[in-house]
Amino acid sequence: MIFTPVQSASFPQVTLETLPLLPKTLVEFLLGWVGAPEWLVYVAGFIATAGTVVGVFLGAFALLSLVERKTLARIQNRLGPNRAGWFGILQPVADGIKMLTKEDIVPAKAEWLLHLAAPVLIVVPPILALGVIPYGREWTPVPMELGLLFFFATGTLTEIAVFMAGWASGSKFPMLGAMRAISQMVSYELPLVISALGVIMVTGSLSLPDIVGKQAGFHLGFIPAWNLFTPWGLSAGIIFYIASIAEANRCPFDLPEGESEIVAGHMTEYSGFKYALFFMGEYLGLFAIAGLGITLFLGGWQAPLPGLGFVPSWIWFFAKLAVVIMSYLWIRGTFPRVRIDQLMRFAWLCMIPMALVTIPAAGIWTLLRANGHGAFAWLVTVPLLVFPWIVLTIIYNRRLAPATRKYTFAE
Amino acid sequence: MNNSSIELPAKINRLPAPPKSGRWIMPGLGLFQGLMVAGRNMVESYYKKERMTTIQYPEQRAPISPNFRNFPFLCYDKEPVAGLRCTACSICENECPPKCIYIVLDRDENGKSLKRPKVFDIDISVCMNCGICAEVCPFDSIYMDGEYELSNDDRFGGLLLGLDRLSKSAEYHMQLRPEEATAVLARRKADEEKKAAAQAAKEAKAKADKEAKEKAAAEAQAATEQKGDSV
Repeated sequence: MIFTPVQSASFPQVTLETLPLLPKTLVEFLLGWVGAPEWLVYVAGFIATAGTVVGVFLGAFALLSLVERKTLARIQNRLGPNRAGWFGILQPVADGIKMLTKEDIVPAKAEWLLHLAAPVLIVVPPILALGVIPYGREWTPVPMELGLLFFFATGTLTEIAVFMAGWASGSKFPMLGAMRAISQMVSYELPLVISALGVIMVTGSLSLPDIVGKQAGFHLGFIPAWNLFTPWGLSAGIIFYIASIAEANRCPFDLPEGESEIVAGHMTEYSGFKYALFFMGEYLGLFAIAGLGITLFLGGWQAPLPGLGFVPSWIWFFAKLAVVIMSYLWIRGTFPRVRIDQLMRFAWLCMIPMALVTIPAAGIWTLLRANGHGAFAWLVTVPLLVFPWIVLTIIYNRRLAPATRKYTFAE
Repeated sequence: MNNSSIELPAKINRLPAPPKSGRWIMPGLGLFQGLMVAGRNMVESYYKKERMTTIQYPEQRAPISPNFRNFPFLCYDKEPVAGLRCTACSICENECPPKCIYIVLDRDENGKSLKRPKVFDIDISVCMNCGICAEVCPFDSIYMDGEYELSNDDRFGGLLLGLDRLSKSAEYHMQLRPEEATAVLARRKADEEKKAAAQAAKEAKAKADKEAKEKAAAEAQAATEQKGDSV
């Protein structure tokens, strides 16, 4: 057996900035030290990288499942889970044990293989998508040239998993939920991708680290040069935000699993750990889409104020992630679920036209700023975005507003 | 089914379109108002006591209202079982609609009533909390209780309350329903005083009678003696 020992077997220096890379460097160092072949070091390094991402986000998933319940409880003036451990900190552990020890029921009419494969498959796309997001200056698990394309391509896999779950359960509610989920996800994928196009135009790259790098610096010395603080970026960011809520199947767009209407949608026939996997997939998807939104519009790991560069960059990313996730919780605690016709109408008649308007706005913005007409760019793009919006909302309110039905017999 | 009173609309109504006042209100403003309400709810729940109405039950308990009426208990004044006010008159037993009360009168060896229950059982798995027993009791003995933690893993024995579990003090009653208990105690005291007064009057009368009799007898004797003397 031929060993090709790695030459530089000195332990790499670890700073706070490169702390998330520690598992990878440690594994590579140890394997190099014992003289493992180069391909093994390479593969093990990637496994360690993936393990770091999965570990971090599974921890975040456990934490979020508790924080969400606590936050919703506080919004409703309740206490929330506070029995397991100090302030309910062990609640995720208790939930996990409960989920693991529950009976796994497969309906007689289910196609067992698809029924088994769906919850496994639903966890895969978010983890794949999480791999390409730049979390820190040094920490991009998989630096990919076409990262954004990869993100959207893997994100669509979720729809297949959801439909698999709905179809394989052999029952009515899962089928209805899956059909709702497909129609919703397909409808909201469009504004999501279109609103990201402006960012691609301005950056000129599909690589997510490049997109973050382009947002470095500050306007006027204190306003971060994030895409959100441009006219087209604000518009696209809002559209991306709304569409991301719908993509993550969260309230007020949680129609696919609307408890009061179709039990639990595609998850109706699942129990035990398969059900937990659906939740895991949903939350990981939430992290992924929020992380992408931060990367595209909120400057990724860039610090929000000048002079804060000494804080490790990945801390900024996770702070922004926490803020965005909290805003999701806030919205969930506030709004009631929309109706399916309202949802579709909103997507096709409001979101997509507005998302389309951001593309020329971004183009004009780039062109004028490249030629040194910064103020002129503002003058052109702001009316270009505001005018269609006002016209659209007037039309939306007057003629195309969802029919507000009056229930004559209820009075 | 007669629907003639309901007038069917000619067409399904739509709510009127927003007023065309010329003032353009930003669409989505209501969403922000809603968010502010939810946000205020959340923030204020951390420092405003009156917002958090949750009572964490096993550790904290809500005070019981005097109007809370659960299964009956038997009231005693001084000592637990022997000092019960109950005289085993069986009125409650007879009035009880689901017949959940079972009473055996205590008797001495001669078969004379001791005016107290030997057995007093209430099967709370049968009892329907109507409170008729408490209403009909002429001896202020049976009242509806305020206890609610009565679940038991013994379906039969655990739900059959005997004298030991039924008898509770007058102080407990006072704690449970102060108004009612005060009135009852006052009435009982008045009754007792009246009884004592009647007793005293009876005794006084008996004494007076006796004295009068003695006096008469003495007088009679004196008279005969006088007669004898005179004879």
